[in-house]
Amino acid sequence: MDDLYRDYILEHYRRPHNFGVLDAPTVSHEGANPLCGDRITIQLGIRDGRVEEVAFTGRGCAISQASASLLTDEIRGKSVEEVAALTSQDVLDMLGIEISPARLKCALLSLDTVSQALAELGAGASPGAAPEAS
Amino acid sequence: MTTGTPATQHPGPGVAPGAPAGAATAGPTAGRVPLDPYRTRTDFPILRTTTHGHPLVYLDSAATSQKPSAVIEAVDRYYREYNANVHRGIYTIGERATAAYEAARATVARFVNAPSAGEIVFVRNATEAINLVAATWGRRNIERGDILVLTEMEHHANLVPWQLLAQEKDADLEFIPITDDGLLRLDVLDVLLRLKPRLVAFTHVSNTLGTINPVREIVDRAHQAGALVLVDGAQAVPHVPVDVQALDADFYVFSGHKMLGPTGSGALWARSALLEAMPPYMAGGEMIREVKLRRSEWNEVPWKFEAGTPDIAAAIGLGVAADYLAELGMERVREHERELVAYALETLPRAVPEIELYGPGADQRGGVVPFNLPGIHPHDVAQILDRQGIAIRAGHHCTMPLHERLDLAATGRASFSVFTTREDIDALASGLREVLRVFAG
Repeated sequence: MDDLYRDYILEHYRRPHNFGVLDAPTVSHEGANPLCGDRITIQLGIRDGRVEEVAFTGRGCAISQASASLLTDEIRGKSVEEVAALTSQDVLDMLGIEISPARLKCALLSLDTVSQALAELGAGASPGAAPEAS
Repeated sequence: MTTGTPATQHPGPGVAPGAPAGAATAGPTAGRVPLDPYRTRTDFPILRTTTHGHPLVYLDSAATSQKPSAVIEAVDRYYREYNANVHRGIYTIGERATAAYEAARATVARFVNAPSAGEIVFVRNATEAINLVAATWGRRNIERGDILVLTEMEHHANLVPWQLLAQEKDADLEFIPITDDGLLRLDVLDVLLRLKPRLVAFTHVSNTLGTINPVREIVDRAHQAGALVLVDGAQAVPHVPVDVQALDADFYVFSGHKMLGPTGSGALWARSALLEAMPPYMAGGEMIREVKLRRSEWNEVPWKFEAGTPDIAAAIGLGVAADYLAELGMERVREHERELVAYALETLPRAVPEIELYGPGADQRGGVVPFNLPGIHPHDVAQILDRQGIAIRAGHHCTMPLHERLDLAATGRASFSVFTTREDIDALASGLREVLRVFAG
């Protein structure tokens, strides 16, 4: 009966991929939905303009945590430009479920947090501007 | 020609047979003939709708209440039959609109036993009423270094306006803490009162935990210390008998939409001497007596605080809602909801042993039951319940500091009204078992 709570969504919620912390992240950013108490910290390890390592911690609803699990899988290995170009629709496609307007913020919290992490790097607007020395 | 008061032209709500129509708030039948929610239900058209193919089980009355037909029809009738501005028209429907609007004020005054209708200011909601007091009484009376005492359980509406005032005036806020059961620490109140606060502002009934606070006791202690008292009655007026004279506070505020009335309706009650001394809130038409280009004279209380065309239909609907509740009898409403809370506190842990419940026992709590299922975010709980037609609130319910105090990110909240039945709580219990089933995979 529940299109929203498909097995793979619940599986990502129960055993999220990339859950943890990095030893030496290039950037770390915390995002939150104050309205529901969802909270996510995303860490990126960037080398030569690519997301080489990614990890997240947080707590929140199944949608926000599954979305972070799927998104962190997606961005590992991608260039900073590719990550910066990801759209809300890309994340909704990854989730593959119909998200009601009230839950959109939950679904997009991880993408917002990644975008803000890139902005913090100064890479949000002009990706590639902050290549990390390896 | 008619200048009738629609406030009295609706059929009596679910009053049990034999109960006299128009029984007062705590009428002679109060407590003897229990409220019959199955009969009351027939007055609420929305309860005949379905959600996802299930009959609506509405357990979010603390957010906003549903509206009985009498209220909906009164609003409709105003627009269809006598829509006109108030206090202006020298024509029949204008006079009728004015009479209905002022009759609603008198009805609301009677409902909370205000000494006079002139002490009832119509506002959009409790939030606006508190902002009004903070911006008028507060700005005029609060000075640098003054202390305002609030509590840890306040709705943001009774917190943020005082934060703004305190920042503007360089005043200080102090807070009455709560026990783990969600009761106010009155021993700490006594300590705070030694600081000689100017105002003590607190909620009558907590919107999150349901705690019914001992208003009169706090008012007496605050008055002895020389403080004025504002009581947020948004969650009290729809659920427990409220008598502003017996409570003896200085300001008492409430929302219409939580007490079966239309959105956009609400009231501020204050002692007339305070209202007289307070400067206007918003300025414009209606609130003036005489306007010159460079200065104006204010209208009398309460119109001094009602600038611009008010929400006339909502005020008329609020009067009908107050009449509806008065006919049910607020003692009976309270007893009905106390029994529902007791039933929920007994039934839910039996049906769903994993559930975590918060708040005091049924005797000290209004119709509010906050809870969590371990490891499952309340938004997920609410979403899966919605698929079964069950509406609850999930989140922090505009009490972020209270959730922080209880170390909770969020809670689910079921809240009750005059039409809530034990079957609704049974539906919640089986709905929660379905949530656990979905998450157990």
